[in-house]
Amino acid sequence: MPLYEHVFLARQDVTAQQVEEMIAQYKGVIEAGNGSIKKEEYWGVKSLTYRIRKNRKAHMALLNIDAPAAAVQEMERQMRISEDVIRFMTVKVEELEEGPSAMMQKRDRDERRGDRRRDRDGEEGGNFGDDNAPARDGEQNEGAN
Amino acid sequence: MAMGAQGGARRPFFRRRKTCPFSGENAPKIDYKDTKLLQRYISERGKIVPARISAVSTLKQRELAAAIKRARFLGLLPYVLK
Repeated sequence: MPLYEHVFLARQDVTAQQVEEMIAQYKGVIEAGNGSIKKEEYWGVKSLTYRIRKNRKAHMALLNIDAPAAAVQEMERQMRISEDVIRFMTVKVEELEEGPSAMMQKRDRDERRGDRRRDRDGEEGGNFGDDNAPARDGEQNEGAN
Repeated sequence: MAMGAQGGARRPFFRRRKTCPFSGENAPKIDYKDTKLLQRYISERGKIVPARISAVSTLKQRELAAAIKRARFLGLLPYVLK
């Protein structure tokens, strides 16, 4: 049977749980057509680079499918009817990739930098509080007078 | 003809031809889901960078263009950036 990668986008206001239900539902459609789902991935809510049906964000999910074309067509037909699916794409591939896809491997580490800056601010505040602060205040007052 | 030969011999800045980043060993696999990789091959405006700039081989450039277009369709990459 041919192999397919299938990505679909769900409306931003549905919950993650509903998306899981949708995945299960379409999995049922494929299995009813003598196919099987080799892998399912839920990518979470992603912000879109342009608006699709008035949505700025969307839930994204990937299904790796091993099924006859008729089963995939039936699933696509149902997706077109569904109001919650805003876009989908099925790509035929020679072989399905093993392990998590590129989308799941991404990890950004921006948080660390913010923490460090906050720590440094805290130390400086401590130094001023000890005994330098009163002296400086006096100097400033003299200058002003 | 003569001029072309001269230019080739006397060119002061000889730049080594860069090799294709997707050919050879442990080259990254072109995948429409890998937006971080694809982002390097689109311009500031969102256009696909021509192969003569990025030095991607003809075959891989076609593959890359298809991957970028797929990522655009899914809203992962922009069609235009302003």
